[in-house]
Amino acid sequence: MRKLLVYLRPYRHWALLAPLLMLVETATDLLQPRMIQRIVDVGIAQRDMDVVLQTGIWMVGLSIAGALGGIGCSAMSVLAAQGFGADLRDGLFTKVQSLSFGNIDRFETGQLITRLTNDVTQVEELVGLMLRLMLRAPLLVVGSFVMAMLSSPQLAPLFAVLVSLIVVVLSWVINKAYPLYGDVQELLDDLNTVMQENLAGVRVVKAFVRGDHEIARFRRVNRALMAITVRVARTVAAAGPLMTMTLYAGVVAGFWLGGARVLEGRMQVGQVIAFTSYLTRTLWSLSFVSTLSTRVARAQASAERIAEVLDSVPEVQEASGARSLAAPAGRVAFEDVSFRYGEGSDPVLCDVSFVAEPGQTVAVLGATGAGKSTLVHLIGRFYDVASGAVTLDGVDVRALDEASLRRAVSIALQESVLFSGTIRDNIRYGRPDATDAEVEAAARAAQAHDFITAFADGYDTVVGQRGVNLSGGQKQRIAIARALLVRPAVLILDDSTSSVDVETEAEIQAALDVLMGDGEGEPGEPALPWSEGLRLLRRPASDGETGGSMTAFVIAQRISTVLNADKILVLDGGRVAAEGTHAALLASSPIYREIFDSQLGDGRLSRGGD
Amino acid sequence: MAATRSTPRRAPGGAGGFGAHWRQSKERPRDLRGTLARLWGYLAAQRGALAVAVILVVATSVLGTLGPYLMGQAIDAVMVDRDLRLLAREALLMLAVYVAEAGVAWLEAYVMSGASQRAIMALRDDLFAKLQTLSLRFFDERPHGELMSRLANDVENVSNVLQSGVTGLISSVLSLVGIAVTMLLLNARLAAVTLVTAPLMVVLSRWIAKRTRAGFRQQQVFLGELNGIIEETIAGQRVVKAYGREQAAVATFRATNRQLRRAATRAQIFSGTLPPLTNLVNNTGLTIVALAGGWMAVRGVATVGDIASFVQYARRFGWPLNSIASLYNSIQSAIAGAERVFQILDEVPELADTSASQSLEAVEGDVVFDDVCFEYTPGVPVLKHVSFHAQPGQTIALVGPTGAGKTTMVNLLARFYDICGGRVLIDRVDIRDLKLDDVRRRLGIVLQDTYLFADTVMENIRYGRLGASDEDVVRAAHVANADAFIRHLPHGYATLLSERGSNLSQGQRQLLAIARAVLADPAILVLDEATSSIDTRTERTIQEAMLRLMEGRTSFVIAHRLSTIREADQILVINDGEIVERGPHAALLAQRGFYHKLYVAQFKGQEVPEGVA
Repeated sequence: MRKLLVYLRPYRHWALLAPLLMLVETATDLLQPRMIQRIVDVGIAQRDMDVVLQTGIWMVGLSIAGALGGIGCSAMSVLAAQGFGADLRDGLFTKVQSLSFGNIDRFETGQLITRLTNDVTQVEELVGLMLRLMLRAPLLVVGSFVMAMLSSPQLAPLFAVLVSLIVVVLSWVINKAYPLYGDVQELLDDLNTVMQENLAGVRVVKAFVRGDHEIARFRRVNRALMAITVRVARTVAAAGPLMTMTLYAGVVAGFWLGGARVLEGRMQVGQVIAFTSYLTRTLWSLSFVSTLSTRVARAQASAERIAEVLDSVPEVQEASGARSLAAPAGRVAFEDVSFRYGEGSDPVLCDVSFVAEPGQTVAVLGATGAGKSTLVHLIGRFYDVASGAVTLDGVDVRALDEASLRRAVSIALQESVLFSGTIRDNIRYGRPDATDAEVEAAARAAQAHDFITAFADGYDTVVGQRGVNLSGGQKQRIAIARALLVRPAVLILDDSTSSVDVETEAEIQAALDVLMGDGEGEPGEPALPWSEGLRLLRRPASDGETGGSMTAFVIAQRISTVLNADKILVLDGGRVAAEGTHAALLASSPIYREIFDSQLGDGRLSRGGD
Repeated sequence: MAATRSTPRRAPGGAGGFGAHWRQSKERPRDLRGTLARLWGYLAAQRGALAVAVILVVATSVLGTLGPYLMGQAIDAVMVDRDLRLLAREALLMLAVYVAEAGVAWLEAYVMSGASQRAIMALRDDLFAKLQTLSLRFFDERPHGELMSRLANDVENVSNVLQSGVTGLISSVLSLVGIAVTMLLLNARLAAVTLVTAPLMVVLSRWIAKRTRAGFRQQQVFLGELNGIIEETIAGQRVVKAYGREQAAVATFRATNRQLRRAATRAQIFSGTLPPLTNLVNNTGLTIVALAGGWMAVRGVATVGDIASFVQYARRFGWPLNSIASLYNSIQSAIAGAERVFQILDEVPELADTSASQSLEAVEGDVVFDDVCFEYTPGVPVLKHVSFHAQPGQTIALVGPTGAGKTTMVNLLARFYDICGGRVLIDRVDIRDLKLDDVRRRLGIVLQDTYLFADTVMENIRYGRLGASDEDVVRAAHVANADAFIRHLPHGYATLLSERGSNLSQGQRQLLAIARAVLADPAILVLDEATSSIDTRTERTIQEAMLRLMEGRTSFVIAHRLSTIREADQILVINDGEIVERGPHAALLAQRGFYHKLYVAQFKGQEVPEGVA
């Protein structure tokens, strides 16, 4: 918690003023019983109306001053707390933006979101509360003691005894309740998990008719939560009455002792009344402390979670003195690359080596879990290799600055994520300053233009949260358009055509061929109707002329995709099992043949090959 | 991708909305009385405990009212009667009353916490159960973050208020009444003076509360916006990184963060003036009492004890007024929260069983679509005049371009949505006349987006048939060819899957989903593009297993891979919501129509099977 207080520093002036103004309010509060004492002991006793009036005016004046102090204190603490909260949120969000894929994998989306929302709010509210009230209780206790000493010195020791007793009781209660708070939080989390899973997996729950099962599961957790919440509430509730009884016992004792002395003429009634007032004031503020303990416990837990994110180190960081890559040609090389996702887990890639020349299409094939996705993620340096090196145009990607790497390598991920906004904005995401013509060209290449223009608002159609009102295939095509618009030197399609039908995929492939500078279409084939527009998407070559090439990595599931690839990489268990063109592999690689056969179902066609 | 956490944490709060930029729709009409009544209904269900609590609260208030009176008597015993023995008696009485008050207060809190938490528990149960009855469209139309917010935050809001707010309110009101009455009984004139400030307090707090309500609403709007931005950005964090748009994301965040800060600061500063101001009014009242009392005492019209009592009462009067004022605010927000919760409870499920719904016993698997039309959004037809007949045990392949309507047909068969025209029949009975659960139980569906729970592999598969034994699960996994890779996982079948199963590859998730469906042993099988994310090798073996499984069952296979459907009894070629061609594979090829085009495209004119030029 202390670590986070750093964010309070810019607002320390307000943070200091708040308790000071509280001082004013408390002081005026403390003086009030004394004023009443004066009225009773001086005014009434001596039948002096002037004293009564004068004191009355003083009381009003003090009240106003106190109110001003209170308002000021509250305002200062709000300013400080809100500033703190806003900065903390900002810092946390910025930190998350700097994290790498590896960090994000470990934290999980839901958690990060909670930490940015609920946890920050908890801490912020506590800071505000503390600034406003943190001094009040101790000030009142100390102040009351001082005033009690001044007003009725003979009863002061009684005061001290009582207050210490109360503090003991309070700490005992808080100690008992504290560990229970952790349990409450955990159960709340469990409850939320059940709810979240039912929301996200509603189709499955309904398809398997598991509604009753889920309800039973929910009820179990709900009951446990209730039981422990009640326990906590009852424990904390015990504090109040215990303290109250102690204090009231003190009041009565005060009356008894004080009253006796008054009869003996050693004290005045006003003093006894004042004593009682100070005592009850103290009770009020101390009992409030016990209710604060809940907030403190929860805020503490939140603070820890926030600190965990703030302390995490991004796995992939730009090296100091990183170079930029002005006009990348697109030559990708893997040199003995090995990779694993975490310490001690199995290696996902082992000694992978290959070279992809600029403009080549490389198809990556392999069984589930063979490492295809991982391999292409290393190209863009989304993860760092464990050993070996990935180079772009001969330069290790670790030596390149992030900006040029992102410009050079563009990836359409496995799960197409769109953001809220127009379709146009989504396609432009990688390069916001692209022209409308370029956007359209990219959409055409990705075979998305037709369905986009079928919408009433066309490119200005607004996409719902995470692109909900589009089908899977439509989302994927927009994601591909997005990747194309960046005009990268290296394009990666990570199984991003799984929801697209075969015919459409073929057309996308044709467009990519043109983009990759694979000649102006194949001999005898008519030029694509929109190949003119495609020119907008081609990068200027390193020598300044148009026609720069694009290296493409395609993670393929369908054999049709790989048939025309310049190079096919077959991965098996994290190693390159075979490498070559279709024809070559058909002849030389049993694994490749097996895959090829399974795609076509009956092996007839292997006879038709070479 | 490996993710190591196994217990997903608390869900995101706040809402994100559809539409251009996160605006939540606000300005809902408030049915204060209605919501209060319903909320009260939950509490009132704990009749016994509530009655006890109310009695205890009354007792606390009564005792609390006695205290200052007794103190006044004690003072007079000293000042007026000068009687030590009388003082002793009054002192003891005071002690007894105070102790009783404290004890009763604790008892009341004890009872109330149980009652209120039980009420909240019931509310949560109802909410969850309600969600289970609602149709898919409800969930499609609402961002999950918003629903979670209602379930988590709003309910908690209500919980806090029910726990202490209700009794606080009762005791405050009772105290006020009790104090007023006692004061009037003691000394009417002094009482009048004391009570003068009360209406002023009420007016003041209501005025401030009204101004702050608008401010808080504004704060909530920005909070919702910000939460929406956070949720979307972080959920799509990989894309943000992949395109190097971190700076832009931060800029968007900052803009709304700044707005939130401004709105929140304004609202809270304003509302923060209430306690000091009420204090001021209270103190002024106190001063007036002291002055008036002093004047009366000087005249000998009142005793010092009376004044002391009244000063105490005047102080005590302020507490309940203060707490009512702050309770008013929290009750407002709790009611707003309760409203949101009740909104869900009041939803009418789009699809529900009626009393006429029949159960479905043994199913042969005869499926008929008779001139079916469907529109997801009114005015935009997705399926038009679709008719076909699947005999029991047949394999029907559905092919066609994306968005043609294939997935929709599955959704309609499972009655996730209702059709607009025509009929869907299972075993010659319209599915609208059948119980929803029965229809779905007989259907085995492997969906496009496989959803797995954060549980072990064994339990995830067992979800298909809850009573299945471990051996049954393993057997199902064998059939789906999942057993091999499961045994390679760190803990085999006991491996804990992370949230949404993200520690498995997509292909592996599909295999688990298939195993789950295998275990369910349905009469009608539907595979919705299930095999398109799996590598061709694995797909082949699954295909074999599927063929085995499909034997004797009516199966609908939605596939993009023509090679998987060559064995189908019937192929339905769907384009633009209509069946354009149908028949077995060879016949369709010979037609040289749409199907032929699709088939040829897959092989790019290279490998074309013998027999077709």
